[in-house]
Amino acid sequence: MAKKYVDDFVVVEKRSLNTTNFLIKLKSSKLLPDIHAGQFVNISVNNCNEVFLRRPFSVFEADYSESNISIIVKILGRGSRKLTQINEGDLLNLIYPLGKGFTRPVAGEKILLAGGGSGVAPMLFLAKESGLPSENVNIVIGARTLEDHIDVEEYAKYGKIYYTTEDGSKGFSGLITGHPLISENLSGYDKIYTCGPTPMMKAVAKKAREAGIFCEVSLENMMACGFGVCLCCIEPTVKGNLCVCTEGPVFNINDLKW
Amino acid sequence: MVDLKVKIHDLTLKNPVMLASGTCGFAEEINDFYDVSALGGIFLKGTTLHNRDGNMYPRMAETASGMLNAVGLQNKGVDNFIQNIYPHIKEFDTALIVNVNGSTVKEYIEVTEKINELDKIPAIELNISCPNVKEGGMAFGITLKGARLVTREVRRVYNKTLIVKLSPNVTDIAEIAKTVEGEGADSVSLVNTFLGMAINAETRKPVLSTITGGLSGPAIKPVALRMVWQVYNAVSIPVIGIGGIMNTADAIEFIVAGASAVQVGTGNFKDPFIPVRIIEGISDYLGRHGFQTVRELTGSLHL
Repeated sequence: MAKKYVDDFVVVEKRSLNTTNFLIKLKSSKLLPDIHAGQFVNISVNNCNEVFLRRPFSVFEADYSESNISIIVKILGRGSRKLTQINEGDLLNLIYPLGKGFTRPVAGEKILLAGGGSGVAPMLFLAKESGLPSENVNIVIGARTLEDHIDVEEYAKYGKIYYTTEDGSKGFSGLITGHPLISENLSGYDKIYTCGPTPMMKAVAKKAREAGIFCEVSLENMMACGFGVCLCCIEPTVKGNLCVCTEGPVFNINDLKW
Repeated sequence: MVDLKVKIHDLTLKNPVMLASGTCGFAEEINDFYDVSALGGIFLKGTTLHNRDGNMYPRMAETASGMLNAVGLQNKGVDNFIQNIYPHIKEFDTALIVNVNGSTVKEYIEVTEKINELDKIPAIELNISCPNVKEGGMAFGITLKGARLVTREVRRVYNKTLIVKLSPNVTDIAEIAKTVEGEGADSVSLVNTFLGMAINAETRKPVLSTITGGLSGPAIKPVALRMVWQVYNAVSIPVIGIGGIMNTADAIEFIVAGASAVQVGTGNFKDPFIPVRIIEGISDYLGRHGFQTVRELTGSLHL
């Protein structure tokens, strides 16, 4: 198994991205190990008895030259809300890198990335990591409204970005799964990847399955440890109950009982 | 240099800090963080005769200073352990102890007989206290009759160190401890989790798929500490203390209350390095307080 680390990181940047998401950039005093799109870190939320367990976050960016890891935090419950109170200069303790990342596309392949909400983080990481020319990468990003969208224009160099909003305030109007890139012919793609709310991922997976195209999804089951010992985050699969933290969080849809 | 060695019947541990079953997998997962030979011992994930898928998701609910779990002994069975796991871990230089479970007395016996054949497993922990299974587990550990029966029958087929893990979900844990001592248990470990429950107020639904689950973490420490002290005063076999240990002071408290050794459980989820820091911390404590051995500290409560 792969070596894992527990280290304090300094919060070097904390920035609100929109109404519900913020970005935290964390710096280590050590060199980072290899981190791949889809892998996550498990963060200890300081000084809060109500938040006993760590909180897992997909890695958004890993900058090896600066030893920085960035994550996108969506405010969901007491753990993420407590994290909004940290300040630049504070220390956060991370267990990393955890889980298995996405299967990397190979040269010449055409891929579709569908990210909903904070699920855009690993999708953008994957777009950057893929090494594919931008014309081979389509990225569809869904949010409820214009205000819920994250500014991702700097990622346009890694792929063509399409926006959807439920109220039509930016890009395609409706759910992400209604976007023509997803709802219509998928046969032009070699691989499809998705991360976001479960109903969205299930809808994408259904389309991919119908089209017979390779598809990976990133699951978010609640976990206690994050490294495969508590067996709390299990997902029923064709191979039995598997830990999302170690056998995932990325799964091929053919392994899931969706 | 202080002496950290402790003895649990025939089993000598290099130090009194071990990992609790169900919180450290089969040792390899922890070895990804640090060399597990630093530890006194590792209680491996609960093992049954046959494969068990465990309970449905969700199996976990966070609580103030702790968590509830309802895993339900998910494991691939004892034969899989012997063929596919034991060969990878048997050379780890720490006491590897199998946590034995069963739905029936016969199953406990069959698992024990198979484990008895393994040279590098010097002890078993008889789990009569799992609250998350429909049959067996805690059902045996909460009555004198059940505890007596399983311990007696397993003792007949096992000649290495037999540790019995006790449930706190009883009126008088000391009575249960005395009973298993009387049936030949070499040690008792306590406590397993407390039966608890969580409800989502918005939906009015239980959080856990099984409705109830086992509470662990710092939330249970004072109760576990009281029980260790009561059991220490009731039996003459070594007591292993478990319950919300997060740091050196917690471990020292359990040892002072009467524990010969301790297990770190839920703390591993929060920080897998807690046990390593406790080992160093105990050494430092013994030096500061003028003890030559950790054994002198056991039961040294000033009254």
